[in-house]
Amino acid sequence: MKLNLATVALGAVMAAGPVMADLVFPSLSYRTGPYAAGGIPFADGYADYFTLLNERDGGIGGVPAKVIECETGYNTEKGVECYESTKGEGALVYQPLSTGITYQLIPKTTADGIPMHTMGYGRTSAKNGDVFSHTFNYPANYWDGASGAVNYLLEENGGDLSGKKIALVYHNSAYGKEPIRTLEELSAKHGFELVALPVDHPGQEQKSQWLQIRRDRPDYVLMWGWGVMNQVAVQEAANIRYPMENFIGIWWSGSENDVLPAGEAANGYKALTFHNVGTDFPVFDDLKTHVVDTGKAAGAGDQVGTVLYNRGLYAAMLAAEAAKKAQEIHGTADITPAMMRDGMEALEINEAKMTELGLPGFGPAFSVSCENHGGDALVGVTQWDAANKTWSLISEFKATDGDVIGPLIDEDSSAYASENNIGSRC
Amino acid sequence: MFYREAGDFKVSYVDDSQTFPIKFDRYRYYVVLAVAFGIIPFIINDYWANALLLPFLIYAIAAIGLNILVGYCGQVSLGTGGFMAVGAYACYKLMTAFPDVSMFIHVILAGGITAIVGVLFGLPSLRIKGFYLAVATLAAQFFLVWLFNRVPWFYNYSASGQINAPERDVFGIIITGPNAPAWATYLFCLIFLTVCAVIARNLTRGTTGRTWMAIRDMDIAAEIIGVNPLKAKLTAFAVSSFFVGISGALFFAVYLGAVEVGEVFGITKSFLVLFMIIIGGLGSIFGSFAGAAFLVLLPVVLKVVGADMLGWPTDIVAHLQLVIVGGLIIMFLILEPHGLAQLWRVAKEKLRLWPFPH
Repeated sequence: MKLNLATVALGAVMAAGPVMADLVFPSLSYRTGPYAAGGIPFADGYADYFTLLNERDGGIGGVPAKVIECETGYNTEKGVECYESTKGEGALVYQPLSTGITYQLIPKTTADGIPMHTMGYGRTSAKNGDVFSHTFNYPANYWDGASGAVNYLLEENGGDLSGKKIALVYHNSAYGKEPIRTLEELSAKHGFELVALPVDHPGQEQKSQWLQIRRDRPDYVLMWGWGVMNQVAVQEAANIRYPMENFIGIWWSGSENDVLPAGEAANGYKALTFHNVGTDFPVFDDLKTHVVDTGKAAGAGDQVGTVLYNRGLYAAMLAAEAAKKAQEIHGTADITPAMMRDGMEALEINEAKMTELGLPGFGPAFSVSCENHGGDALVGVTQWDAANKTWSLISEFKATDGDVIGPLIDEDSSAYASENNIGSRC
Repeated sequence: MFYREAGDFKVSYVDDSQTFPIKFDRYRYYVVLAVAFGIIPFIINDYWANALLLPFLIYAIAAIGLNILVGYCGQVSLGTGGFMAVGAYACYKLMTAFPDVSMFIHVILAGGITAIVGVLFGLPSLRIKGFYLAVATLAAQFFLVWLFNRVPWFYNYSASGQINAPERDVFGIIITGPNAPAWATYLFCLIFLTVCAVIARNLTRGTTGRTWMAIRDMDIAAEIIGVNPLKAKLTAFAVSSFFVGISGALFFAVYLGAVEVGEVFGITKSFLVLFMIIIGGLGSIFGSFAGAAFLVLLPVVLKVVGADMLGWPTDIVAHLQLVIVGGLIIMFLILEPHGLAQLWRVAKEKLRLWPFPH
């Protein structure tokens, strides 16, 4: 207790923060720890897009954007510290890139009135904006992912999956458990058998799970993995000579880091996605001129064009567009978190807008509304080509099974609403 | 000059056996209490509370608990994370089952449940010692985390397997949930820490503590002079787990609000608390405070200095932090194996003689 005095002195130093002038986009990144391989490219893409906006357009609506990076190491305690230390600086939107931290921040951000965007992760039922006023998870969520994978398999099998066996290899955490509910419903609907195989954090040890897959010979394997778990799973699948084209990962299990270590053996591995891959978009030319060539790229600058870099870029683009929308709605360039929230809720992304931004066909068109914070749930599939070391989109962004997901979202969000006494808002 | 017994006459046995016999110590203790209870709650904000003070207070409770077991009774335990998880899940089940009961009661009951679990896992300590006992408690750590991940009843069948603290109050003041004011959460934890520290201090000064220390120093000799090893070891496990359970309950309900057992209460948590008492000082209540403060504050200070002030890349700072904490642990083990508490003790000895050392 004696050290409390030292704490007080330290806090006084930190209370003297900078003046609020820029549009602040905190980046709760993780460049260290077992999940760094995924955290680095995302953080680089997120920061580089805002650097591009500042360099090329002079910011968003004339106000420069400022990215404050805070290292979480995918650790919830550090995530809390990062949240508390950045929220006083006028943070407009949080993107923690961690389902664990998301669960922690949902009530906190709502109480503090700061929006949070969990793009393709976090709590799926946050799609119901009626209950989760400050949480957004457009353009797609895990349940869309599960349904998208099953739809893709249905397509491959001529619309019939009955009697098939599908294994789910998942990270034994809130993140990995998320799709089980939907997959169970879908297995009842389509008549396939679901086998769930948990892998404990951090996921280096998967021998027994893959031994079981080798014994059971499921027709398809789905994976909800992150970080080092992905590479290990792809390698193990190669070791038991599991046919790669029958192995589909969620979007967090589909980056270069995950397949490169297995080399040739990973050829044909598939992953879901909600945005396009590669660098064949005009915006990358601008990035090269204004950011990379001028030495302003975040991190080592070697991640441009990787899957997760593109995802970070996409996240930043959506945040910037929401900020523009907010400026438009409220008629002021200097927006507050509350205005940002309104902008996110009124966000509309269509092909014309993406072309204008130099990202034609980069992601699905969608719109956000008060009831729907999750967009239109369009999911595509990519495949890895080990010879050329490239991912390519093999199935366009297609609709997922709203009949199954809708009631599940209503059920889960109404349970949350009654637990926390949240009334209807829309 | 400032710090001495001379002239501080004790005229009764009560005076003579008080916790802080030296006047300066006693006043310092009152000043710290006055600042902690009377000043900090009025100037605290969310950042101080959530980033620094709450983790410090909660880890200090856990460190006191573990120090009783390892530092005073000599039973090495690597199950702290698992026992904290027991406290957290017990608190969660109680909070959701009895929403109208005060949080104070929930937290104390959570500590009690953890004490029972701790005694169960302490039973092997009657037969095995040292490293073997450490391995047995390590089994407790993994078993408990596995159990809370595996059995849906513990997390009320939620889809994600997470537990979330609903909003609960004490006398109408919200303590848990996002709307809890910083001063309330701080005071709530501070009250628990103060009571735990006073209880621990007095237990270790009394018969119970002496039997623990006798077992620690030489268990066979202790048995010969009439110390019951069964009673001594199991009470140590019970009291230690009680404190650790309280800290786990506070960690979940007040500090984090949402917990995923594998990530929050994993083996790293056990090691962290163990490092706290090693750096702070084994067998010292003050050492538990010092160790907790050191390991909670150091990363934040390094981050503030490195990333916020000097503007270094965040990953470099995060890696430097590992290097510095690791280096400091090695340095402490070599230069001062008895931890920060021993440094404090030496400083006090020097102060007693100052300015006229022999």
